[in-house]
Amino acid sequence: MGKKVPEINSSSMADISFMLLIFFLVATTMDTDTGLFRMLPPYQDPTEQQEDIKVLDKNLFVVLVNKDDKLMVEKKPMHPRDLRKACKEFLMNMNNDNEDKRYPGYTEEDIPGIGKVKVTKAIVSIQNDRGTSYAKFIEIQNEIVAAYNEVKDYYSVKYFKKPFNDLKENQQDIIKKIIPQKISEAEPKNIGGK
Amino acid sequence: MAQFRSKEKKTPPAISTQSLPDIIFMLIFFFMVSTTMRESTLLVKKPHLPKATEFVKLEKKSLVSNIYIAAPTLKYQNLFGTQPVIQLNESIEDVSKIAQFVETEKESMPANDRSQMTVSLKVDSKAKMGIVSDVKQELRKANALKVSYSVVPKQ
Repeated sequence: MGKKVPEINSSSMADISFMLLIFFLVATTMDTDTGLFRMLPPYQDPTEQQEDIKVLDKNLFVVLVNKDDKLMVEKKPMHPRDLRKACKEFLMNMNNDNEDKRYPGYTEEDIPGIGKVKVTKAIVSIQNDRGTSYAKFIEIQNEIVAAYNEVKDYYSVKYFKKPFNDLKENQQDIIKKIIPQKISEAEPKNIGGK
Repeated sequence: MAQFRSKEKKTPPAISTQSLPDIIFMLIFFFMVSTTMRESTLLVKKPHLPKATEFVKLEKKSLVSNIYIAAPTLKYQNLFGTQPVIQLNESIEDVSKIAQFVETEKESMPANDRSQMTVSLKVDSKAKMGIVSDVKQELRKANALKVSYSVVPKQ
Protein backbone atom coordinates (compact mmCIF):
# COMPACT_ATOMS: atom_id res chain seq x y z
CA MET A 1 0.00 0.00 0.00
CA GLY A 2 1.28 3.44 -1.00
CA LYS A 3 1.49 6.23 1.48
CA LYS A 4 -1.52 8.45 1.63
CA VAL A 5 -0.76 11.90 0.13
CA PRO A 6 -1.77 14.57 2.63
CA GLU A 7 -4.56 16.79 1.39
CA ILE A 8 -3.59 20.33 0.47
CA ASN A 9 -5.28 22.76 2.71
CA SER A 10 -7.47 24.97 0.56
CA SER A 11 -9.00 27.17 3.20
CA SER A 12 -6.81 30.12 2.17
CA MET A 13 -8.00 29.87 -1.41
CA ALA A 14 -10.90 32.15 -0.60
CA ASP A 15 -8.54 34.80 0.77
CA ILE A 16 -6.32 34.63 -2.31
CA SER A 17 -9.25 35.00 -4.64
CA PHE A 18 -10.59 37.86 -2.54
CA MET A 19 -7.28 39.63 -2.97
CA LEU A 20 -7.49 39.18 -6.74
CA LEU A 21 -11.06 40.40 -6.72
CA ILE A 22 -10.11 43.55 -4.85
CA PHE A 23 -7.25 44.18 -7.27
CA PHE A 24 -9.62 44.06 -10.22
CA LEU A 25 -12.12 46.26 -8.45
CA VAL A 26 -9.49 48.92 -7.91
CA ALA A 27 -7.58 48.73 -11.17
CA THR A 28 -10.44 48.71 -13.65
CA THR A 29 -13.33 50.92 -14.58
CA MET A 30 -16.65 50.10 -16.06
CA ASP A 31 -17.54 53.30 -17.88
CA THR A 32 -18.15 52.92 -21.58
CA ASP A 33 -17.05 55.65 -23.90
CA THR A 34 -19.70 57.21 -26.09
CA GLY A 35 -19.11 59.76 -28.77
CA LEU A 36 -19.99 61.29 -32.10
CA PHE A 37 -18.00 59.63 -34.88
CA ARG A 38 -16.45 61.66 -37.63
CA MET A 39 -13.95 60.93 -40.39
CA LEU A 40 -11.50 63.77 -40.92
CA PRO A 41 -10.48 64.56 -44.48
CA PRO A 42 -6.90 63.58 -45.36
CA TYR A 43 -4.32 66.28 -44.92
CA GLN A 44 -3.46 68.41 -47.91
CA ASP A 45 -0.22 70.25 -48.06
CA PRO A 46 -1.04 73.92 -48.53
CA THR A 47 2.16 74.50 -50.51
CA GLU A 48 1.04 72.02 -53.13
CA GLN A 49 -1.40 73.51 -55.54
CA GLN A 50 -4.50 71.40 -55.36
CA GLU A 51 -7.34 71.49 -57.76
CA ASP A 52 -10.34 72.72 -55.89
CA ILE A 53 -13.24 70.33 -55.88
CA LYS A 54 -16.11 72.30 -57.22
CA VAL A 55 -19.31 71.86 -55.30
CA LEU A 56 -22.33 73.67 -56.56
CA ASP A 57 -23.52 76.28 -54.15
CA LYS A 58 -27.01 74.86 -54.28
CA ASN A 59 -25.79 71.49 -52.96
CA LEU A 60 -24.23 72.99 -49.88
CA PHE A 61 -26.00 73.51 -46.59
CA VAL A 62 -23.72 75.98 -44.89
CA VAL A 63 -23.84 76.33 -41.13
CA LEU A 64 -21.71 79.12 -39.72
CA VAL A 65 -21.06 79.55 -36.01
CA ASN A 66 -19.33 82.71 -34.89
CA LYS A 67 -17.30 83.42 -31.78
CA ASP A 68 -20.41 84.42 -29.82
CA ASP A 69 -21.97 81.02 -30.56
CA LYS A 70 -24.50 82.65 -32.88
CA LEU A 71 -25.71 80.64 -35.81
CA MET A 72 -26.05 81.52 -39.46
CA VAL A 73 -27.61 78.94 -41.74
CA GLU A 74 -27.75 79.51 -45.49
CA LYS A 75 -26.93 83.20 -44.98
CA LYS A 76 -29.76 83.73 -42.50
CA PRO A 77 -29.47 83.82 -38.72
CA MET A 78 -31.19 80.92 -37.01
CA HIS A 79 -31.90 79.58 -33.54
CA PRO A 80 -30.23 76.20 -32.85
CA ARG A 81 -33.56 74.55 -32.11
CA ASP A 82 -34.73 75.21 -35.69
CA LEU A 83 -31.59 73.72 -37.22
CA ARG A 84 -32.75 70.10 -37.18
CA LYS A 85 -35.95 70.91 -39.07
CA ALA A 86 -34.17 73.11 -41.61
CA CYS A 87 -31.48 70.49 -42.21
CA LYS A 88 -34.04 67.72 -42.59
CA GLU A 89 -36.00 69.80 -45.08
CA PHE A 90 -32.81 70.36 -47.08
CA LEU A 91 -32.02 66.63 -47.14
CA MET A 92 -35.51 65.50 -48.09
CA ASN A 93 -36.14 67.91 -50.94
CA MET A 94 -34.21 67.89 -54.16
CA ASN A 95 -34.45 69.10 -57.73
CA ASN A 96 -32.11 69.45 -60.64
CA ASP A 97 -33.29 72.90 -61.56
CA ASN A 98 -30.22 75.10 -61.43
CA GLU A 99 -32.34 78.22 -61.03
CA ASP A 100 -33.65 77.00 -57.69
CA LYS A 101 -31.00 77.70 -55.10
CA ARG A 102 -32.93 76.38 -52.10
CA TYR A 103 -32.67 72.65 -52.47
CA PRO A 104 -29.81 70.41 -53.64
CA GLY A 105 -29.61 68.43 -56.84
CA TYR A 106 -29.75 64.66 -57.12
CA THR A 107 -28.48 61.73 -59.12
CA GLU A 108 -30.61 58.78 -60.12
CA GLU A 109 -29.04 55.59 -58.88
CA ASP A 110 -30.00 51.99 -59.36
CA ILE A 111 -29.87 50.35 -55.97
CA PRO A 112 -30.21 46.56 -55.85
CA GLY A 113 -33.40 45.47 -54.15
CA ILE A 114 -35.16 48.79 -54.52
CA GLY A 115 -34.65 50.09 -58.02
CA LYS A 116 -34.12 53.61 -59.23
CA VAL A 117 -33.85 56.09 -56.36
CA LYS A 118 -33.05 59.76 -56.26
CA VAL A 119 -29.93 60.25 -54.21
CA THR A 120 -29.38 63.74 -52.92
CA LYS A 121 -26.12 65.53 -53.59
CA ALA A 122 -26.45 67.49 -50.36
CA ILE A 123 -23.37 68.25 -48.32
CA VAL A 124 -23.62 69.82 -44.90
CA SER A 125 -20.75 72.16 -44.21
CA ILE A 126 -20.04 73.34 -40.68
CA GLN A 127 -17.76 76.32 -40.35
CA ASN A 128 -16.76 77.62 -36.99
CA ASP A 129 -14.62 80.32 -35.55
CA ARG A 130 -11.63 79.69 -33.33
CA GLY A 131 -13.58 81.36 -30.55
CA THR A 132 -16.65 79.14 -30.84
CA SER A 133 -17.24 77.15 -27.69
CA TYR A 134 -16.88 73.39 -27.91
CA ALA A 135 -20.29 72.84 -26.32
CA LYS A 136 -22.00 74.79 -29.11
CA PHE A 137 -20.01 72.96 -31.77
CA ILE A 138 -21.14 69.59 -30.40
CA GLU A 139 -24.72 70.82 -30.13
CA ILE A 140 -24.67 71.74 -33.83
CA GLN A 141 -23.03 68.44 -34.79
CA ASN A 142 -25.63 66.59 -32.76
CA GLU A 143 -28.54 68.40 -34.42
CA ILE A 144 -27.21 67.62 -37.89
CA VAL A 145 -26.61 63.95 -37.11
CA ALA A 146 -30.12 63.88 -35.63
CA ALA A 147 -31.51 65.32 -38.87
CA TYR A 148 -29.66 62.63 -40.87
CA ASN A 149 -30.98 59.94 -38.55
CA GLU A 150 -34.54 61.16 -38.96
CA VAL A 151 -34.18 61.05 -42.74
CA LYS A 152 -32.68 57.56 -42.52
CA ASP A 153 -35.64 56.48 -40.41
CA TYR A 154 -38.04 57.97 -42.95
CA TYR A 155 -36.50 55.98 -45.81
CA SER A 156 -36.27 52.84 -43.68
CA VAL A 157 -39.97 52.95 -42.90
CA LYS A 158 -40.73 53.73 -46.55
CA TYR A 159 -38.79 50.80 -48.00
CA PHE A 160 -38.61 48.23 -45.21
CA LYS A 161 -41.49 49.24 -42.89
CA LYS A 162 -39.16 49.36 -39.89
CA PRO A 163 -37.06 52.01 -38.17
CA PHE A 164 -33.39 52.14 -39.14
CA ASN A 165 -32.05 50.56 -35.96
CA ASP A 166 -34.20 47.43 -36.40
CA LEU A 167 -32.97 46.76 -39.94
CA LYS A 168 -30.52 44.05 -40.89
CA GLU A 169 -27.01 45.10 -41.74
CA ASN A 170 -27.38 44.81 -45.50
CA GLN A 171 -30.62 46.79 -45.34
CA GLN A 172 -28.86 49.49 -43.34
CA ASP A 173 -26.20 49.66 -46.04
CA ILE A 174 -28.88 50.21 -48.66
CA ILE A 175 -30.37 53.07 -46.66
CA LYS A 176 -26.90 54.55 -46.20
CA LYS A 177 -26.52 54.52 -49.99
CA ILE A 178 -29.80 56.35 -50.45
CA ILE A 179 -28.88 59.04 -47.94
CA PRO A 180 -25.09 59.33 -47.70
CA GLN A 181 -23.97 61.22 -44.62
CA LYS A 182 -21.71 63.97 -45.85
CA ILE A 183 -20.68 66.42 -43.19
CA SER A 184 -17.73 68.63 -43.93
CA GLU A 185 -15.88 70.45 -41.22
CA ALA A 186 -14.16 73.32 -42.87
CA GLU A 187 -10.80 74.49 -41.69
CA PRO A 188 -11.28 77.20 -39.11
CA LYS A 189 -11.36 80.80 -40.11
CA ASN A 190 -11.26 83.83 -37.95
CA ILE A 191 -14.68 85.04 -38.88
CA GLY A 192 -15.32 87.31 -35.95
CA GLY A 193 -11.81 88.03 -34.74
CA LYS A 194 -10.56 86.88 -31.38
CA MET B 1 -42.30 3.37 9.95
CA ALA B 2 -41.86 7.00 10.47
CA GLN B 3 -40.11 7.79 13.63
CA PHE B 4 -39.62 11.07 15.32
CA ARG B 5 -36.07 11.89 16.04
CA SER B 6 -35.18 12.08 19.65
CA LYS B 7 -34.88 15.68 20.74
CA GLU B 8 -31.35 15.66 21.89
CA LYS B 9 -29.41 18.91 21.87
CA LYS B 10 -27.31 19.16 18.74
CA THR B 11 -25.00 21.95 17.67
CA PRO B 12 -26.06 23.21 14.25
CA PRO B 13 -23.72 21.98 11.51
CA ALA B 14 -21.09 24.49 10.42
CA ILE B 15 -21.83 26.18 7.12
CA SER B 16 -19.54 24.75 4.53
CA THR B 17 -17.20 27.34 3.04
CA GLN B 18 -15.80 25.03 0.45
CA SER B 19 -17.63 26.74 -2.38
CA LEU B 20 -16.61 30.24 -1.30
CA PRO B 21 -13.52 30.37 -3.54
CA ASP B 22 -15.63 29.32 -6.49
CA ILE B 23 -18.10 32.09 -5.86
CA ILE B 24 -15.33 34.67 -5.58
CA PHE B 25 -13.70 33.38 -8.74
CA MET B 26 -16.99 33.79 -10.51
CA LEU B 27 -17.05 37.41 -9.37
CA ILE B 28 -13.47 37.90 -10.54
CA PHE B 29 -14.29 36.58 -13.98
CA PHE B 30 -17.29 38.87 -14.16
CA PHE B 31 -15.14 41.90 -13.37
CA MET B 32 -12.37 40.82 -15.72
CA VAL B 33 -14.76 40.51 -18.61
CA SER B 34 -16.96 43.52 -18.06
CA THR B 35 -14.45 46.19 -17.09
CA THR B 36 -11.44 47.77 -18.68
CA MET B 37 -8.18 48.91 -17.21
CA ARG B 38 -8.24 52.33 -15.67
CA GLU B 39 -6.95 55.04 -17.94
CA SER B 40 -4.03 57.29 -17.28
CA THR B 41 -4.24 59.61 -14.31
CA LEU B 42 -5.57 63.00 -15.23
CA LEU B 43 -3.30 66.03 -15.02
CA VAL B 44 -6.08 68.19 -16.31
CA LYS B 45 -9.40 68.73 -14.60
CA LYS B 46 -11.88 66.02 -15.40
CA PRO B 47 -13.41 67.25 -18.66
CA HIS B 48 -17.00 68.26 -18.35
CA LEU B 49 -18.18 66.54 -21.52
CA PRO B 50 -20.96 68.06 -23.61
CA LYS B 51 -24.30 66.28 -23.84
CA ALA B 52 -25.66 64.74 -27.02
CA THR B 53 -28.45 62.43 -28.09
CA GLU B 54 -27.09 60.89 -31.31
CA PHE B 55 -24.04 59.19 -29.81
CA VAL B 56 -22.58 55.80 -30.70
CA LYS B 57 -20.76 53.46 -28.38
CA LEU B 58 -17.04 53.03 -28.86
CA GLU B 59 -16.11 49.45 -29.48
CA LYS B 60 -12.72 47.76 -29.29
CA LYS B 61 -11.15 49.73 -26.49
CA SER B 62 -7.67 48.59 -27.50
CA LEU B 63 -7.93 50.61 -30.71
CA VAL B 64 -8.97 53.79 -28.96
CA SER B 65 -6.50 56.43 -27.79
CA ASN B 66 -7.58 59.33 -25.67
CA ILE B 67 -6.66 62.97 -25.97
CA TYR B 68 -7.83 65.19 -23.14
CA ILE B 69 -8.33 68.90 -23.54
CA ALA B 70 -9.22 70.79 -20.37
CA ALA B 71 -7.82 73.25 -17.86
CA PRO B 72 -4.92 71.87 -15.78
CA THR B 73 -5.55 70.78 -12.20
CA LEU B 74 -4.68 73.23 -9.43
CA LYS B 75 -1.32 71.57 -8.92
CA TYR B 76 -0.20 72.32 -12.46
CA GLN B 77 -1.82 75.69 -12.90
CA ASN B 78 1.27 77.68 -12.00
CA LEU B 79 3.13 75.74 -14.67
CA PHE B 80 0.60 75.70 -17.48
CA GLY B 81 -1.84 78.48 -16.66
CA THR B 82 -5.61 78.15 -16.43
CA GLN B 83 -6.43 77.90 -20.13
CA PRO B 84 -7.31 74.47 -21.56
CA VAL B 85 -4.26 72.35 -22.41
CA ILE B 86 -3.70 69.01 -24.13
CA GLN B 87 -2.90 65.86 -22.20
CA LEU B 88 -1.40 62.90 -24.05
CA ASN B 89 -0.86 59.75 -22.00
CA GLU B 90 0.71 60.85 -18.70
CA SER B 91 1.88 64.35 -19.50
CA ILE B 92 0.69 67.72 -20.68
CA GLU B 93 2.13 68.34 -24.11
CA ASP B 94 2.25 70.84 -26.91
CA VAL B 95 0.11 70.37 -30.04
CA SER B 96 3.20 69.50 -32.09
CA LYS B 97 3.70 66.28 -30.06
CA ILE B 98 0.48 64.76 -31.36
CA ALA B 99 2.06 63.21 -34.46
CA GLN B 100 4.58 61.42 -32.26
CA PHE B 101 1.82 60.34 -29.89
CA VAL B 102 -0.21 58.85 -32.74
CA GLU B 103 2.88 57.03 -33.99
CA THR B 104 3.61 55.37 -30.63
CA GLU B 105 -0.04 54.51 -30.10
CA LYS B 106 -0.20 52.89 -33.53
CA GLU B 107 2.90 50.87 -32.78
CA SER B 108 1.25 49.31 -29.75
CA MET B 109 -1.65 48.02 -31.84
CA PRO B 110 -1.77 44.88 -33.93
CA ALA B 111 -0.49 45.64 -37.42
CA ASN B 112 -3.65 44.83 -39.34
CA ASP B 113 -5.85 46.89 -37.03
CA ARG B 114 -3.83 50.08 -37.23
CA SER B 115 -6.04 51.62 -39.87
CA GLN B 116 -8.96 51.21 -37.48
CA MET B 117 -7.37 53.39 -34.83
CA THR B 118 -9.81 55.84 -33.31
CA VAL B 119 -8.89 58.93 -31.38
CA SER B 120 -11.37 59.84 -28.69
CA LEU B 121 -11.32 63.56 -28.03
CA LYS B 122 -12.34 64.26 -24.46
CA VAL B 123 -12.79 67.97 -24.53
CA ASP B 124 -14.22 70.16 -21.81
CA SER B 125 -17.35 71.91 -23.02
CA LYS B 126 -15.93 75.25 -21.93
CA ALA B 127 -12.91 74.90 -24.23
CA LYS B 128 -12.78 76.97 -27.39
CA MET B 129 -12.74 75.49 -30.86
CA GLY B 130 -9.33 77.05 -31.59
CA ILE B 131 -7.38 74.44 -29.65
CA VAL B 132 -9.67 71.66 -30.89
CA SER B 133 -9.09 72.73 -34.50
CA ASP B 134 -5.33 72.70 -33.93
CA VAL B 135 -5.56 69.15 -32.61
CA LYS B 136 -7.75 68.10 -35.53
CA GLN B 137 -5.26 69.60 -37.97
CA GLU B 138 -2.39 67.70 -36.34
CA LEU B 139 -4.39 64.47 -36.42
CA ARG B 140 -4.96 64.93 -40.14
CA LYS B 141 -1.24 65.41 -40.63
CA ALA B 142 -0.56 62.26 -38.61
CA ASN B 143 -3.13 60.40 -40.69
CA ALA B 144 -5.33 59.45 -37.73
CA LEU B 145 -8.58 60.29 -39.42
CA LYS B 146 -11.09 58.47 -37.27
CA VAL B 147 -12.10 60.67 -34.41
CA SER B 148 -14.86 60.52 -31.88
CA TYR B 149 -16.02 63.57 -30.00
CA SER B 150 -16.65 62.13 -26.58
CA VAL B 151 -20.03 63.05 -25.16
CA VAL B 152 -22.32 61.99 -22.35
CA PRO B 153 -25.73 60.62 -23.27
CA LYS B 154 -28.63 63.00 -22.76
CA GLN B 155 -31.96 61.54 -21.79
